Amino acid sequence: MRSIRAAATGAVVMSLALAATACGGGTDSGDGAGGSSKTLTYWASNQGASIAVDKQVLQPELDKFEKQTGIKVKVEVVPWSDLLNRILTATTSGQGPDVLNIGNTWSASLQATGALLPWDAKNFAKIGGRDRFVDPALGSTGAEGKDPAAVPLYSMAYALYYNKQIFADAGIDGPPATWDELVADGAKIRAKGKSVLGAEGSNLSENVHHVFVFAKQHDADFFSADGKPDFTNPKVVDAVKQYVDLMAKDKAIPAGNAEYAQNQSVSDFAKGKLAMLLWQSAAANLKSQGMKDDAYGVAPVPVQKGTPGPGAQVNSMAAGINIAVFKDSHNLDGATEFVKFMTSDAEQKILNKAYSSIPPVKAAQADPAFDGPSTAVLKDTLAKSAAALPQVATESQFETAVGTAVKDLFADTAAGRAVTTASVKAKLEKAQQQMPAA
Amino acid sequence: MADSSPMAPPRTFLWSRRIFLTLLTGFVLLPVYVMVSSSLKPLADVTGKFRWLPSELTIRPYIDIWSTVPLARYFVNSLIVAGSATICSVVIAVFAAYAVSRYDFRGKRVFTVTVLSTQMFPGILFLLPLFLIYINIGNATGIALFGSRGGLILTYLTFSLPFSIWMLIGYFDSVPRDLDEAALVDGCGPLGALFRVVVPAAVPGIVAVAVYAFMTAWGEVLFASVMTNDTTRTLAVGLQGYSTLYNVYWNQIMAASLVVSVPVVAGFLLLQRYLVTGLTAGAVK
Amino acid sequence: MTSTVLKEPVREDTPGAARGPRRTGRSRRTALPYLLLLPALVFELLVHLVPMVIGTLMSFRSITRFTLRDWSNAPWTGLRNYRVAVDFDAPAGEALLRSFAVTVGFTLLSVALCWALGTAAAIFMQDTFRGRGILRALFLVPYALPVYAAVITWVFMFQHDNGLVNHVLHDQLHLTDKPSFWLIGDNSFYALLTVSVWKGWPFAFLIVMAGLQNIPRELYEAAALDGAGMWQQIRRITLPSLRPVNQVLVLVLFLWTFNDFNTPYVLFGRAAPEAADLISVHIYQTTFLTWDFGTGSAMSVLLLLFLLAVTGGYLLFTSRGRRAGNG
Repeated sequence: MRSIRAAATGAVVMSLALAATACGGGTDSGDGAGGSSKTLTYWASNQGASIAVDKQVLQPELDKFEKQTGIKVKVEVVPWSDLLNRILTATTSGQGPDVLNIGNTWSASLQATGALLPWDAKNFAKIGGRDRFVDPALGSTGAEGKDPAAVPLYSMAYALYYNKQIFADAGIDGPPATWDELVADGAKIRAKGKSVLGAEGSNLSENVHHVFVFAKQHDADFFSADGKPDFTNPKVVDAVKQYVDLMAKDKAIPAGNAEYAQNQSVSDFAKGKLAMLLWQSAAANLKSQGMKDDAYGVAPVPVQKGTPGPGAQVNSMAAGINIAVFKDSHNLDGATEFVKFMTSDAEQKILNKAYSSIPPVKAAQADPAFDGPSTAVLKDTLAKSAAALPQVATESQFETAVGTAVKDLFADTAAGRAVTTASVKAKLEKAQQQMPAA
Repeated sequence: MADSSPMAPPRTFLWSRRIFLTLLTGFVLLPVYVMVSSSLKPLADVTGKFRWLPSELTIRPYIDIWSTVPLARYFVNSLIVAGSATICSVVIAVFAAYAVSRYDFRGKRVFTVTVLSTQMFPGILFLLPLFLIYINIGNATGIALFGSRGGLILTYLTFSLPFSIWMLIGYFDSVPRDLDEAALVDGCGPLGALFRVVVPAAVPGIVAVAVYAFMTAWGEVLFASVMTNDTTRTLAVGLQGYSTLYNVYWNQIMAASLVVSVPVVAGFLLLQRYLVTGLTAGAVK
Repeated sequence: MTSTVLKEPVREDTPGAARGPRRTGRSRRTALPYLLLLPALVFELLVHLVPMVIGTLMSFRSITRFTLRDWSNAPWTGLRNYRVAVDFDAPAGEALLRSFAVTVGFTLLSVALCWALGTAAAIFMQDTFRGRGILRALFLVPYALPVYAAVITWVFMFQHDNGLVNHVLHDQLHLTDKPSFWLIGDNSFYALLTVSVWKGWPFAFLIVMAGLQNIPRELYEAAALDGAGMWQQIRRITLPSLRPVNQVLVLVLFLWTFNDFNTPYVLFGRAAPEAADLISVHIYQTTFLTWDFGTGSAMSVLLLLFLLAVTGGYLLFTSRGRRAGNG
């Protein structure tokens, strides 16, 4: 009987061993905040046409860095769909990358977790000082009055992309400077059987970016001065309604765009179905979809009246990507060194050219490469008429709640239901109630 | 199979069968047709109005899929993860089911009920705690579970374990006891009886469990999206890479889906004969 | 016409009631069954039970972005998260309740349709006819496709402007005045249901097909001698004989459908339309998009309690039914 027990034990152990060996396969994990001081893990966001393209852009630069400093950087390009969740789990566990990219609108939210290295004067000094960066970009790096949680890496702004051929066919001289003009031009464009303006109606972030700008143009904010949500402010309601009315009343945005969430509007524009598109740095994207550079023009996003500028003349959110250091990194010096490298003048020029974004670093921005017809508008907008999204800790809730409200309003419109001031207000009220009590 | 009914089926039955099966086949095949035809279209065709026939046939998507995302690596990851999870899950379930089927012991009922109840756990509730446990195990023992294929294998094998055990108990119960008792009398140990008598008699049931375990691991998205990184990402998550910041490469998604599904569907169809007989005893428990 | 007609030697209501081998010296081997269970127990504990306990503990804490990093020191809040979740007058509770109602309706419909399609197909395919093998193979394809691939194909078909569904319904058959939206608005419920049934029914088909093979032919022959026609045989023999199969099948389908996350998430992304806001995605949104793990955990625990109650009640009810049938 003893042998039976031994046999049984043996079999169980064997099965466990089998499990263990099978499970042991591929423990080559890329994570684990910096084991040695000679390697760094870097989570890059997806900026190019695909993850493979991003790797092609980044790898030569990382090799340069290794040559200069002897520090090897393992890059993982994290898709946008996963990035925030990955950061969240890394925050919870302390197990994450050393350096990471974040959407600049997340700065204040992530700052509140305390997971990111604060960029105080001392840390800024290590990368050449705060003065190297342009102000609008620094405005999206964390809550006011606190040390920034991240450093600007790529800057972007919205511009109005318009199809020259469609404009010529419709007899329109130039791009609209105000919303009224856009709506009037829209009537002519529709008469020619083309769609007027694209939108990603089911993309929460896009929705928020646009209604934020409309709110600015109505001289209103989604948050009061002391950081409390103020979504039902009549001016905010009007602003949101004006954006939704571009589909509901003005018929500028085609109803089908209500369900767009995966950049279908860019495809529509590239294929010449759509006359205008509000987008951030679309040049590389349009090119990849076969649209020639001279087929479209780039103009500032319309305003209510007058010309773009600060205050109520704002016509873009200050978009962009920041680079941050994970506080739990075991190699803070190396990580800071890497941030210094990525924000150096030379790298800024190379990377921002590759991604058709604008360098947030002053010296790099002065490079003539960023004065091309399309980038000049973006640069101008960033410098003069872009505003940072609210830098509050509840920014991600704000994006989710308000973005969903706008998505629902578009869906209502698409279903043929009327959009009224009351219905907009009701949706925004619901969104506001979903915000956590501060 | 009840090969023939004693009576010729009436006309109403035959007609109902014809209509029903035709409609059902249409329902099942429609998306499959869309996948196949879209995968042979240029991108301009799939981002435009739907058309039944491609304006031009191209195999371009089948070439591009390998460079847009590292499809081959994801495929290998998925095979390793799903394959290992299946093997582990089946071995463990065989042992557990054998114990429950052939032995009386204290706590048996508690065990079976507990195992059953884990089927109800919402994944969201234990995603983060599980993640933290893996991290802590990693910190304490140096076994990297998080971010590795190992952690994913462990997770998936446990996902399929409850239903596998449950099905196998039923299947083992249906293997006549006299068989393994005879083996015991002949001097085999209990495990000898299990592997020489019970397991061979239960091969169909085990195949069924294996297919189920494989499919569970093959398609899981939520845990894989958080627990993998670039090198260990599985297909279920990796296919999302075709929807990029720029564009949704519908034709490539379809092509990639087909390429990775063909081996699975083929294996599945080869095994389906076993599967049908296999599910019988286990599931009716 | 119950489980007693099935061929298996042992027919008990629960797996746990099976007899052990009638052998002497069993006491000397009492450790063996535990050893055999050990791997299963270890893994279940590690991956399911311990995380569940931790998750439940989290539901009594205030875990938000401010406390997340050091969550084991997050303040205890007692039942506050639960009160937020079940305060049906407040927006969060109201949304949860609505999502719950949507999920229940969706699950019942989906399970019923999966079961009905699976059973009908299995019964129709019981007799051999030309092409049966091919059809059976085809019907298993939806089960074998990776979830993401299958669902994204449906997304492609459900698109408003370019999708196949609108192309057929509107452009070709002219059934609708204008193209419908399937991925937003009220129709999204039907879109979700369609995908769920498409993916789920082959499993029911498999199980029922397997169950059918256990029905002895003599029963049909006897019924035929009594003059029962095909339809009557199905009603009087086939369906009652399938009852034990259905008991398990319906429960498993119910639990899987209720907790299904992959389908709605791939279909609608992170913010599902109200009409198709399933509870799993809803809790995901609360937890991961708003980073409120305390409330998210509390909602999950409530969901688990509900499922436990339903399952317990269901098993009690169906077992009693079966016993009465046996008696």
